[in-house]
Amino acid sequence: MTASPVSDLALPAAMSIAAGLVGCFAVMRRMTLAADAISHVALPGIGLALALHLHPVAGGLAALLCGTVLIWALEHKTGIPTETIIGVVFSVALAVGSMLTSGEELIEALFGAPQSMGRLETLLGLAGALLVIGFVLRARERLVIALVSPDLARTVGIDVAHLDLLFLLAFALTVALGLRYLGVLLMGSLLIIPAATAKHLATSLKGMLLVATSVAALATALGLIAAQYLHVETGPLIIAVAGSMFFVSLLRRRVA
Amino acid sequence: MTTVLEVDHLSVVFGANRVLRDLSFRVAEGECLAVIGPNGSGKTVLFKALIGALPLSGRIAWAPSVTIGYVPQKLDIERDLPITGSDFLRAKTTVAKSPQEEIGRIVELVNLSQEAVRQPIGTLSGGQFQRLLLAFALLGRPQVLLFDEPTAGVDEPGEEAIYTMLRRLQKEQRLTLLLISHELSLVYRYATSVLCLSRWRTCFGAPVDILTPERLREVYGTETRFHIHDGISG
Repeated sequence: MTASPVSDLALPAAMSIAAGLVGCFAVMRRMTLAADAISHVALPGIGLALALHLHPVAGGLAALLCGTVLIWALEHKTGIPTETIIGVVFSVALAVGSMLTSGEELIEALFGAPQSMGRLETLLGLAGALLVIGFVLRARERLVIALVSPDLARTVGIDVAHLDLLFLLAFALTVALGLRYLGVLLMGSLLIIPAATAKHLATSLKGMLLVATSVAALATALGLIAAQYLHVETGPLIIAVAGSMFFVSLLRRRVA
Repeated sequence: MTTVLEVDHLSVVFGANRVLRDLSFRVAEGECLAVIGPNGSGKTVLFKALIGALPLSGRIAWAPSVTIGYVPQKLDIERDLPITGSDFLRAKTTVAKSPQEEIGRIVELVNLSQEAVRQPIGTLSGGQFQRLLLAFALLGRPQVLLFDEPTAGVDEPGEEAIYTMLRRLQKEQRLTLLLISHELSLVYRYATSVLCLSRWRTCFGAPVDILTPERLREVYGTETRFHIHDGISG
């Protein structure tokens, strides 16, 4: 049972909006490199799922959620900076993932290979994207205060550690949503590049969220359409389009 | 008078370095407690412990359901962060569930221009940013205000204006103030009690008892003088 063309478009649109929103806070929290590395944690889960004849995205999601909780717990237990912990967890995950996955499967896992999806997969994907979008929009004020100063956040009654965990889980879920389209290596870029573009162009939070979601959605749409005509992989094309928009934004800033 | 804060045998340790040692004091409602001491004596660490940002031993007890406003000394903000003063203040009113209309009144109170509020926070000057942090702290009508270096980055007329405004708020809202300050003459004028921290000793009492040349020498480890506006030097 496959989904309709409308749902095939709805999922990448929802996924890219979620990526744009989560990416804004990842970039403002200076998680640019760390955020990219988190996405690689999906690889051992995909490898294990393929070995066990399970759905690769389910395996990737499980690995991402476990990796995220591990990173969060290690950071709060040891006080070691997030970047260091993510660096270690990412390297181990990539090494284990490469051992578990091989050949064409590895290439697909790394760069994405969208195929027509079943209705259940599409619906679950849409639900996940709406969950992430709802979380970021509802928590945006708390996220803003916590990124300006965790100490100020505490005085307003925000549980900073809990908010950090929720944000990392939203990040992990967004990466899982995009695994089909962009793969492990490139999904982190769809979170970071549109948000980095928006940070250059916007002067307010609302502006940043609007620009980032627009760039992410446009890059995904153009990438998906162009891939059909050019007969090339979708993931690299989406990132190439997003990257071009980032460089154009630099020019525009210089003119302004 | 109602006690707002009780601190008993508070110690904070970073690795092998004990920053605060066995500290005890009380703060009553409407009081102005000034925390003084040389650099590195643990003044900011004390404030961070009071807001629950650091692991500690001992006891910190705030009065039930007390609301706290905190103005940190310095924040590391990227210049191109696309968050305006208005975004920042609105975030506080949303989280604290206080009316948005309060923003205009508070912004005027801290003497911040509407133009500055519309700018990204990373582009504000030191003084403007500190007024924005003060506005953030005052939104939601806190009962206690913790202010780390109220006059850092503010010019002299601004200093006086901030202290006058704080005094007015103290009277109007029964605001309890905890200040960290190096301005001993202002501490002498405005504080109702003084807590001094240093590697050598800690002391707690009325300004007239604490801000004596002998005590200050003990606290700072050097001769320390300050100017009192009626012409008396301490």
